[in-house]
Amino acid sequence: MEEVKPDVRALAFARQALKNLFMKPATTSYPFEPASYPERMRGHVELVAEDCIGCGLCMRSCPPGAIRVDRQEGIWSINRFDCVQCESCVNACPKKCLKMAAGYTQPETEKAEERFEILKKQEK
Amino acid sequence: MAKRSIVPFGPQHPVLPEPVHLDLVLEDETVVGAIPSIGFIHRGLEKLVEKKDFKQYVYIAERVCGICSCGHGMGYCESVERVMGIEIPRRAEYLRTIWVEMSRVHSHLLWLGLLADAMGFESLFMECWRLREKILDMFDRTTGGRIIFSVNCVGGVLKDMDGAMLRAIRETVDQMEQELEPIMTTFIKDYSVQLRLRGLGILSREQAILQGAVGPMLRGSGVEYDTRMLGYAAYGDLDMEPIVGTDGDAYARCEVRAREIVQSFNLIREAIDKIPQGPISVPVKGNPQGEYFMRIEQPRGEAIYYTKGNGTKFLDRFRLRTPTTSNIPPMVEMLKGCQLGDVPLLILTIDPCISCTER
Ligand code: SF4
Ligand code: SF4
Repeated sequence: MEEVKPDVRALAFARQALKNLFMKPATTSYPFEPASYPERMRGHVELVAEDCIGCGLCMRSCPPGAIRVDRQEGIWSINRFDCVQCESCVNACPKKCLKMAAGYTQPETEKAEERFEILKKQEK
Repeated sequence: MAKRSIVPFGPQHPVLPEPVHLDLVLEDETVVGAIPSIGFIHRGLEKLVEKKDFKQYVYIAERVCGICSCGHGMGYCESVERVMGIEIPRRAEYLRTIWVEMSRVHSHLLWLGLLADAMGFESLFMECWRLREKILDMFDRTTGGRIIFSVNCVGGVLKDMDGAMLRAIRETVDQMEQELEPIMTTFIKDYSVQLRLRGLGILSREQAILQGAVGPMLRGSGVEYDTRMLGYAAYGDLDMEPIVGTDGDAYARCEVRAREIVQSFNLIREAIDKIPQGPISVPVKGNPQGEYFMRIEQPRGEAIYYTKGNGTKFLDRFRLRTPTTSNIPPMVEMLKGCQLGDVPLLILTIDPCISCTER
């Protein structure tokens, strides 16, 4: 048998366990309280369609290939189910018209692409 | 004569959410041998270097594991940077170090919680995970993600931390250190914890070296070896000594991990004090040509990143050996002689991460 160390304590956690009984919950009771998001949170990609020049750099930098830019049709589209929120497109965009915004997107029943019309000014 | 039988363990088991399968050879209730098999969740991430260019691959390397994600990103980037001969700014190295050390705190607290849960100590489990939440909040604030940070890039880091953020991390660390006190006391001194862990699954120093154990598993058996001592990133400037256990049992592994949390707190504080001003990344030109073999210390042990570039933007080969891969043979060794009822707890003490093992 091995020796028992002298500093062995019985019920070492009892005090903390009792304290926890009377503390307020550590969690936020969402949805009754609003969830708070930090400023840098990578929730979803947002496009300012007016500034986009359709260069396609975001499409090329996106690892899962979630973005599609079609200059002919003037469409910038994103498949939100493919996006992994890596922020690579935001860093690649020369016009700084993409940004990562806080908050998650809503659940959906279909894997649809979200489409934005770009290059409207040039057409006129 | 004892009756021999084979009991299958896993791939689905209540104590382990990860799919590892063992064929346990029993003599009555005593384990005399174990045959591990993995391969249930292979994802083929290494193969993807042929499809994604070396800059995009950082995001895939990070997704090898959900817990040491920052370390995998950093290990990959450092190996590519060394192939290309890029020297990254000191500030970037410090930032990487801070994030990786925070990941270690997060990983060890998670593991301590799981261990408490496996012992049936539910309130201790909750307490560990409550504390871990604070470090996740700091990740969220500094990088924008709670699990996958996406801050590493070839040539440095993508995000800087301002003075307010560094101060907030320091305050969180100070506060966490105080709150960790009852948890540490319980894991290290509590009678029931000792009764459960002491003398269980002993891995001798010789066997640990022979079987190639890494990380807390190796240090728990008394081997003073920590890859951070090689001085990659900012570790060369920081003051650290490997934390070593003596007995090589489950208790020693638990103690090593618990004390490493405090060590990480000290490293974070030191890095915050010493962090230099300056740029956080350098521009990267050209493509990698050549090979490099990078070793870093992940929370679970030493991980190896082998990169081979051929002068195009797609790498020829990327190989990642994760700590759990090396810890499976010593685990099989230490299972011999234990009771069937102790097997789940003992598997847990290697801190298995099967999804990184299979990548
Ligand atoms: S955040 Fe990443 S995955 Fe999502 S669209 Fe941008 S580049 Fe693609
Ligand atoms: S969002 Fe930016 S990167 Fe993408 S096409 Fe428009 S301008 Fe180019």
